[in-house]
Amino acid sequence: MGQTLYEKVFDRHIVREVTAGQYQLAADLHFLNEVSSPQAFEALRERGLRVRHPGRTFGSADHSISTGGDPLDFVDPMAAEQVEAMGRNMAAFGLTYFDPSRGEHGIVHVVAPERGLTQPGMVIVCGDSHTSTHGAFGAIAFGIGTSQVRDVLASQTLLMEKLKVRRVEITGRLAPGVYAKDVALHVIHVLGAKGGVGFAYEFGGAVVDGFSMEERMTLCNLAIEGGARCGYVNPDQTTYDYLRGRDHAPQGAAWDEAMTAWEQVRSDRDAAYDDVVVLRGEDIQPMVTWGVSPDQSVPVGGAVPDPTAISGQEQGPTRDVLDFMGLRPAAPIAGTRIDVAFIGSCTNGRVSDFEAVADQLRGRGLRVAPHVRALAVPGSRRVREALIAKGIDKVLIEAGFDFRDTGCSLCCGMNADSLKGQETCASSSNRNFRGRQGSPTGRTMLMSPVMVAAAAIAGEVTDARRFFAQPTEPGAKS
Amino acid sequence: MNTVSDDPRIVSVSGRAMTLRGDDIDTDQILPSRYLKAITFRGMEAHVFADNREAARLRQRRHAVDDPRFAGASILLVNRNFGCGSSREHAPQGLRRFGFQAIVGVSFGEIFAGNCVSVGMPCVQASDSVVSIMQRINEAAPSTRFTIDLAMLTVSAGNESFPVTLAEGRRRQFLDGTWDPTSVLLGAGDAIEQTLTTLSLAASAT
Ligand code: SF4
Repeated sequence: MGQTLYEKVFDRHIVREVTAGQYQLAADLHFLNEVSSPQAFEALRERGLRVRHPGRTFGSADHSISTGGDPLDFVDPMAAEQVEAMGRNMAAFGLTYFDPSRGEHGIVHVVAPERGLTQPGMVIVCGDSHTSTHGAFGAIAFGIGTSQVRDVLASQTLLMEKLKVRRVEITGRLAPGVYAKDVALHVIHVLGAKGGVGFAYEFGGAVVDGFSMEERMTLCNLAIEGGARCGYVNPDQTTYDYLRGRDHAPQGAAWDEAMTAWEQVRSDRDAAYDDVVVLRGEDIQPMVTWGVSPDQSVPVGGAVPDPTAISGQEQGPTRDVLDFMGLRPAAPIAGTRIDVAFIGSCTNGRVSDFEAVADQLRGRGLRVAPHVRALAVPGSRRVREALIAKGIDKVLIEAGFDFRDTGCSLCCGMNADSLKGQETCASSSNRNFRGRQGSPTGRTMLMSPVMVAAAAIAGEVTDARRFFAQPTEPGAKS
Repeated sequence: MNTVSDDPRIVSVSGRAMTLRGDDIDTDQILPSRYLKAITFRGMEAHVFADNREAARLRQRRHAVDDPRFAGASILLVNRNFGCGSSREHAPQGLRRFGFQAIVGVSFGEIFAGNCVSVGMPCVQASDSVVSIMQRINEAAPSTRFTIDLAMLTVSAGNESFPVTLAEGRRRQFLDGTWDPTSVLLGAGDAIEQTLTTLSLAASAT
């Protein structure tokens, strides 16, 4: 019986079995951010420990960095302190820092892949749940807590239990206007936000095989929202084509050797899975979340639940959630008024995400609705520069988007970009938890970047496929 | 609070309990994002459930952690999927510093439960009906002493005793005093570098 990529990579990284089922696992790479690293460095200092493998440790400040122009212009003194501590720690321990004062920064899950750090067969850890993003390359990548950040800094290893593996196969093809984000939200809707607890998700099938690396990153990014600690796609030619020539990718003879090694980590044809789920690409519609958990979603043509139609224990909580979201029971999701639109985050803050939006807007004279605040926040400085080089910034600005500098921004509301009061935000990010976007009563509706753009212009949730198909100006052709 | 006392073994936890009802209480609720900016965990206890407490106050109600009947509780009694969501360790740190030494619930968020191990705070599981009974005992008589026995895998409350579960690996870590992982990991010595060098070409990244 063959093995899955997860098992192969896990086994190769075992230093030893510490107790039954508990392994000491080596990490190839460790990424740091300003939120979960300061206490780890504090603990290291307290114990007089050094960073064991500085060459495998990379950091970027992303969560609280300012996106208003000067990345270090903080409105919040605590954010300033955090980013300062990050810079100090990176220098003191001799680690590679994508320094905001040199304009190298960005969301670490965007920066590391674009620099070719993330490679197939690696174990990658970071004190952030969305580390699962890196699984797009056939790496086993997962979020860790601050204690584990301390452990990895001190030992380049951590304690791990082996996960089960569920293959999630998306067959057939997607209809036009359906994106990787919709696939991810659909998977989470079908399997539940907790459905993946205890599992690694292996994504495959014709739809995933046909995805670009950026689409695969969107999908793996959201694995954690389905409860899976990590998600991955087996490496293939798409992976290698993306990696070739990037800053940290192997070169020359090392490249050929690496390719051979990468081919070997793919799941075997006869690999045994703990579970297999097959979903049809044709069944997937543009999705919108109506609630406060990422599995509370409906296709854009659908309606929010009617608590009276739900029996038993779920009725009360559903009513609470609808109250919180300001939604009427059984109302169609389309037509929900929005106040804020956000395109960005490690889920959907890459070049192709903004490109897809610009393709809908270009030359149409479309404008963001007067009552909507619309933010476009590139996932990294490099993404920002690429967008400017392609003229995409202008398309967004002309449509009334605030084209900002890079950072996590409104995904987590830890810098000045946050919701106010009960504002409703159409968001391309990954979490719709209460209070997530910086206001305890703020409301988040997750959807694809193109759906966010349509909502920004319409001023309400709308089916982007129909919305962008209409001629909008006298004589305008679509 | 990662200090290792002279004897790091955790065999049992005893004290008064606090019932906190509700499913899917995520780490954003346990510790709202705006407090994540502090560069130290010191003082984190002041912010546990900040938004939920505020919301309760506005409705003229009292959140469990503000309820004087539960003051000084060292065991938290929760329902399903407690600690789901973001991996922030501020959540277990805040709870631990608030004074909780263990949590009993129907189920827990995966990363949260792992983070609780490394602050020395066991999250033990019990069936839905057992948790309901414990919560009722606690609410009816908040001074009832609860004891979680990790060796026997039981929780006793007054005269009653209930079965609980805890993954065997984690149970051993508490019983053996190896829940502080840094020292355990460093104990592997050169084996770490041996594994790293046999690995792919990751090192070429540098
Ligand atoms: S963009 Fe959002 S999800 Fe991604 S790392 Fe930043 S805060 Fe976390």
